Amino acid sequence: MSELLTRTFLTALISGGLIAGVSLMFTALGETISERAGVLNIGLEGMMLVGAYIGFVGAYYGHSFWVGFAAGIAGGAFASLFMVVLCVRLGLDQIVVGIAITLAGEGITSVLQDTQFGSTYPRLGAPPTVAIPVLSDIPVVGKSVFDQPLIVYLGLVAVGAVSWIFRRTNAGLNLRAAGEKPEALDAAGVSVVATRSYAALCTGAFAGLGGAYLSIVGAGTFTPFMTQGQGFMAIVIAMLARGKPLWVVLGSFLFGISLSVATALQLAGINISTDVVNLLPFIAIMVALVAFARRSYLPPALALPYVRGAR
Amino acid sequence: MRGGRFGRPPRRDERLRTESLNRKAAIPTGSQSGRESERDPADAPAVELVGITKQFPGVLANDDISLTVRHGEVHCLLGENGAGKSTLISILSGMVRPDAGEIRVGGRMVQIDSPRAALELGVGTVYQHSTLVRALTVLENLLLGETRGLRLDVEAARARLAEVAATLGVEIDADAPAGELALGRQQQVEIVKALWRGSRVLILDEPTSMLTPQGVAELQKVLRRLKETGISVIFITHKLHEALAVADRITILRAGRVVGAIETAELEGSSAEEVQGRIVRLMFGEDARAVADVAELRTDLEGEQAPLDEQRSEAATLLALSRVSARPVGGFDPGLEEVSLELAEGEILGIAGMDGNGQRSLAEVIAGERALSAGEIRLYGVPVERLDVSARQKLGLRYVTDDRLGEGIVSSLPVSLNLFLKRIGQRPFWRHGRIEHRSVEREAQSLVKAFDVRTPSISTRAGALSGGNVQKVVLARELSFEPKVVVFNKPTYGLDLRTTSTVRDMIRGLARGGGAALVISTDLDELLDLCGRILVLSGGRLVGEVENGPNAGERVGELMVGAGDVAAA
Repeated sequence: MSELLTRTFLTALISGGLIAGVSLMFTALGETISERAGVLNIGLEGMMLVGAYIGFVGAYYGHSFWVGFAAGIAGGAFASLFMVVLCVRLGLDQIVVGIAITLAGEGITSVLQDTQFGSTYPRLGAPPTVAIPVLSDIPVVGKSVFDQPLIVYLGLVAVGAVSWIFRRTNAGLNLRAAGEKPEALDAAGVSVVATRSYAALCTGAFAGLGGAYLSIVGAGTFTPFMTQGQGFMAIVIAMLARGKPLWVVLGSFLFGISLSVATALQLAGINISTDVVNLLPFIAIMVALVAFARRSYLPPALALPYVRGAR
Repeated sequence: MRGGRFGRPPRRDERLRTESLNRKAAIPTGSQSGRESERDPADAPAVELVGITKQFPGVLANDDISLTVRHGEVHCLLGENGAGKSTLISILSGMVRPDAGEIRVGGRMVQIDSPRAALELGVGTVYQHSTLVRALTVLENLLLGETRGLRLDVEAARARLAEVAATLGVEIDADAPAGELALGRQQQVEIVKALWRGSRVLILDEPTSMLTPQGVAELQKVLRRLKETGISVIFITHKLHEALAVADRITILRAGRVVGAIETAELEGSSAEEVQGRIVRLMFGEDARAVADVAELRTDLEGEQAPLDEQRSEAATLLALSRVSARPVGGFDPGLEEVSLELAEGEILGIAGMDGNGQRSLAEVIAGERALSAGEIRLYGVPVERLDVSARQKLGLRYVTDDRLGEGIVSSLPVSLNLFLKRIGQRPFWRHGRIEHRSVEREAQSLVKAFDVRTPSISTRAGALSGGNVQKVVLARELSFEPKVVVFNKPTYGLDLRTTSTVRDMIRGLARGGGAALVISTDLDELLDLCGRILVLSGGRLVGEVENGPNAGERVGELMVGAGDVAAA
């Protein structure tokens, strides 16, 4: 197995893992927010794709990565508006609406990509990176881990911020109560619908950013179905992380690495059928689910629409 | 200004803020007596309701209700289930809006269109069902709903908790998860929560339904202290003796209307029997049908004298558990630890204990729904712990669940099929895998009649029935086809007095007919009414046995809170 540990393989594995991991991290962080508030967001995949497409369009026409990320955030938040209106406000089934958002996101972005970029296949250049002094000089891993676009560092700051909000702020406490026992929040005079709406919007925004990161930084372009089930993986990560943002980071990078094994193995010239290799991330998920299912914690009021006075 | 510590920016309604702060400031002083504030001419009654009417689909829940609550009084709202008490307090606490009528708080006409509006007007509510978030700490629960400022102001909250707790005369651990506190303590947290923002009116909805006798005594102490500080308490109950014990005034509701009131002078001036008689007539009206209920109510009042089963010593043992253990379930049921008990023919054995002390495990282990990790269960001397639910059913071992709407019935299926849910595939109702509609219907008709299930027809969806009738459906299913040993889990929880009385008669009938009943209940009065012996379950263990008789209630209560060891020593 010595050829597995070559420089190319490791570099490819880690940089690929980081790209997949960062987009997973954004998305799973978003899912953590809405799950804690009691909204199960099955539509993440669709929101990511909308964010990826609109983010790419924004970056391409706006000639700025930041415009792209902002557009991705807006796109994801827009997609989650359906969740807010249909599920949080009108109390429709969160799973049905979530699946609809996923399917719609997949279809609409594919059609738009085909009509707009179907013949030109434009690409964005590589985004500027910020190297962390000293750490980025570590051989092999230094360059691929500690020399990242600014948005990655901001993402890590966001993880800390969300964690702080959950534990230390009024808004975070209200959010947790909305998922644990919405009637308690209502009785305390805080609107459950508003709290959950904001949470679901945040989720959409984060999923959109995750998608935009994938298209703008990861691939430099948008291809249909490019999220490859990352939205669903993010749901699993959020469940296993038990609503703890720091665990989200860990889970995201583990899954990110398993996603990038495929590419890395091919780069390293190892001859395994790509179909088998592409199965790896999903096998990893199944193993994680079987091994840690007992660990997962979901708020008691998750996926239950809140109706005042109903018991 | 006390509120300043919270670092809140000024509110939009500055007048309201000042008022509520003044109220808050009034809490800890404890010198202002209710009578003084009543004489103050500028001070209108704490709460006035005028002509409140609320129509729900098919039910006129409140019909022109008018009510005055004075400062510093405990005002009881008394009535049967369905009398409109809950609707009235939902209106006052902002959960429901009235169709017509006026609400005045402190003399000002107000609209209470949300729970928040009620809190800002100084009306705090402790609901019948806990609104504490179990996973959050006491402090976090109290901070819930705070929207001013970004950060949780934990230190200010800690100080405020100490302040309110001192007013109530209780001690509360601020950092314990709310779900781990005893129920009485949880209720104290709820009261603190209701008074948190300086409420001057406290609504308590059936506050004693989950408490031990000791908890009730402690609650009464808290109420007295609140009265001393001039806080008005609206106390909702359907138990007459409680109303008499705590009330300064009593208003009686029946079928959505105020049917009478007992003033303070009358409460103090007349004998207990006179007042009771008057209230009973008001609660049930003068109609002949009510006589039976009144009799039932009297036993409820007197409580202690319960039937003793005479020849228990000679009777055969029907069910015996020896050292039965079961694993805990989630965070809410501790499982069982070496539980041993014997149930004799003709006996009604009670299991007392506060919710979540292993009752559900005990019931399900006996019924066969949950595996035991150790021990033996014998039915008529034969081990049955390896038999499944339906095999035990056939042997006459039945279980009446407390989860009526979940485990008890399939709410989307008709009443008729619900009556035979546990006989699916058995003759004569099923033949060759096909349902025999005619025999199901014939048998269902006779069961509905025998158990007096009030349903439009046997093909009505079971979920459309009222709680009492759902319970009758469950009972009809479990008590038909030769029941022998029946486990009842909270058999009358949430039922009205009439149905409660019917259900208790069924339980007695089962025992008289040579069967045996194990009654698990959190309602101590019920156990004292029905059982000859009461075992106390605490943390999944049986911690004691009490023979029914004088003072049995107190002794069971002591065992429930863990004071039993002290009493025994």
